Amino acid sequence: MADARISVPAKVARGEPFEVRIQIRHPMETGYRTDDVGTSIPRNVVRSFTCRYNGETVFAARLSSGIAANPYLRFFVTARASGELTFEWIDDVGTRGSDRAVVAVG
Amino acid sequence: MRCALAVVIATLAATAFAQERTLPLSALRSGTSFLGPDLRAMQDDESANPGLLWVSRGEQLWSATAGASGQSCASCHGAARATMRGVAARYPAYDKSAGSVLDLEARIDRCRIQRQAAPALSRESDELLALTAYVAYQSRGLPLAASIEGPAREAFDRGRKFYTQRHGQMNLACTQCHDENWGKRLLVETISQGQPNAFPAYRLEWQSLGSLQRRIRACLFGVRAQMPPPGAPELTDVELYLAWRAQGLPLESPGVRR
Repeated sequence: MADARISVPAKVARGEPFEVRIQIRHPMETGYRTDDVGTSIPRNVVRSFTCRYNGETVFAARLSSGIAANPYLRFFVTARASGELTFEWIDDVGTRGSDRAVVAVG
Repeated sequence: MRCALAVVIATLAATAFAQERTLPLSALRSGTSFLGPDLRAMQDDESANPGLLWVSRGEQLWSATAGASGQSCASCHGAARATMRGVAARYPAYDKSAGSVLDLEARIDRCRIQRQAAPALSRESDELLALTAYVAYQSRGLPLAASIEGPAREAFDRGRKFYTQRHGQMNLACTQCHDENWGKRLLVETISQGQPNAFPAYRLEWQSLGSLQRRIRACLFGVRAQMPPPGAPELTDVELYLAWRAQGLPLESPGVRR
């Protein structure tokens, strides 16, 4: 199941910031909508997102109902050595998602 | 003699087709050209285009087995990158075994039911959209080339009639906006030519990928007309008419639309 699409440069320079992009598949249901018969649809958004590099948190975000479906995040990370980025997120109903990407410093 | 006759008939046919065009081929503009620079950038950047989420999912579904046959799409069709190149550009197309014109969604679903012995996918389900988007993605950049020859002609005529007929409480025909008034403003929106070449497309209003049929239904809702149910033959007929009308425009699916 493709839960996310990640884009990281194939090769990054030591100590230089590089851009990480991630798009997470999620409906980001606001909680303000109703279905066809008028029943309110409960809120379900990705509420927290964390990115770690070799275990150390390098980026974290709290998201809310103001963010559109399939949230797209772009941020910069600096690496001193090759390693692995791990991404984790959790939504309001407790569904966890995760993904990873390898970073090669050269 | 026979050769000359064929030429005459071909010329007559070409003239007849030329007259049928309310929008000359030279005036065709993809819906992308009516977007702002931000959405155009979003469509062109593969890491930002949300439609690619469905394409990636479709890629996984392509090689996943389904149904009682234990076969995947790839079991018969191999690598989609090679075998599906150009296919979506020819759809909707007449299917001999079905005896009617099928759009790409219907063709995929038929394959699932008959070859894979799997339950039908509902229209607008994530799985069907994902597979359709993945197959369409293989034809990105190729010109639309749906055929209206032979048995497809009847569906085409019905589609054209639907397109030029007035609908709903607003009493509007598709052609009045999309042929006669494209480029003008309808409140805050610029009216497009109603070209189908970016579908399935990610529409910001939907917050999701959606099919061309969903888009046509949205237009019918807008003119307060009765909406045929998803998968209805009327909608497939209009899809065929639109594909013929867009002949030559590059396939852009998954597009990004307002």
